Amino acid sequence: MEFNEEQILRYSRNIALKEIGGKGQEKLLNSSILVCGAGGLGSPVIAYLAAAGVGKIGIVDSDIIHISNLNRQIIHSMKKLEVSKVESAKMFIKNLNPDIKVDIHYERITIDNVVGIMSGYDIIIDCLDTLPLKFLMNDACVEASKPLIHAGIVALGGQTLTVIPGKTACLRCVIPDTPGCGTGPTCSQVGVLGACVGVLGSIQAAEAIKYLLGLPLNTNNLLIYDGLLTTFKNIKVIINKNCPVCSKGKMLSPEEYHITFACRD
Amino acid sequence: MINSVKKIDLRTTGCPINFVKSKLELDKLNSGDILEIWIDEGESAKNVPESLRLEGHEILELIKSENYYIVLVKKA
Repeated sequence: MEFNEEQILRYSRNIALKEIGGKGQEKLLNSSILVCGAGGLGSPVIAYLAAAGVGKIGIVDSDIIHISNLNRQIIHSMKKLEVSKVESAKMFIKNLNPDIKVDIHYERITIDNVVGIMSGYDIIIDCLDTLPLKFLMNDACVEASKPLIHAGIVALGGQTLTVIPGKTACLRCVIPDTPGCGTGPTCSQVGVLGACVGVLGSIQAAEAIKYLLGLPLNTNNLLIYDGLLTTFKNIKVIINKNCPVCSKGKMLSPEEYHITFACRD
Repeated sequence: MINSVKKIDLRTTGCPINFVKSKLELDKLNSGDILEIWIDEGESAKNVPESLRLEGHEILELIKSENYYIVLVKKA
């Protein structure tokens, strides 16, 4: 493709990279990514994808912005209180990079809509805030054969794993059963440090961009981040032949998902 | 002098945009083709050939001409 002068300047630091170049930048501009959740993880993910020039960004979120979000959800602002996170995210992207097409889905992800929402995207990023939904997203990505960048965090630490269905271990290969509501602490219970969320969100954005460029990924490796001690641990994981989802390439039955509103926030 | 298939004048274009534009021109050529690039003396004359070399291209010649340089680069 022929870049215009503004694009050459905007993407100059991408194109200068041996790993990207003009062809890589063209790939990014012709790619699409779905970001599930426009909160703490979604904020850095959306900002970096838009800045890098990922051509189409889809955003799913059913929440509006509260002042209590602003310690970590850095794409939103005081001017957007009570506005939907998807609308606010779209405005953020348009202000940052008008090259990007933005599709917003102002709805909660459910068993019924999840596969439909992710159709039409090259890769899915899990920036959701509840464990059952994260597992639902993993299963839907396996069924739809969509690459998934998982991450989760509470307090000062969390984890991330990149899943290429059929080729690398999925989340259920590591944890076969859906954690029920109330399993583990939530951000509203124990708090969360915005800067630490940003570390994992930035890794997710980098993984997604690297996937689109065909570069090495954090697959078969659960990367554990401890923001208190500032350490990363790599836990090698392998495809589980008895994985309830990826060994069959299908989602579980609806009753096996335990999603209730008690899981929210 | 070696025959190039294309010439670009990147004088007055600073770093790293001169390198970026050289890369984008090389993208359009075939492996083995030679691109002639005109760049400013000083920082540009030092950085652009080195960056192109690090990308695997071959710098055939770096010729000083008045107050600018001519780079002849063979695409990898």
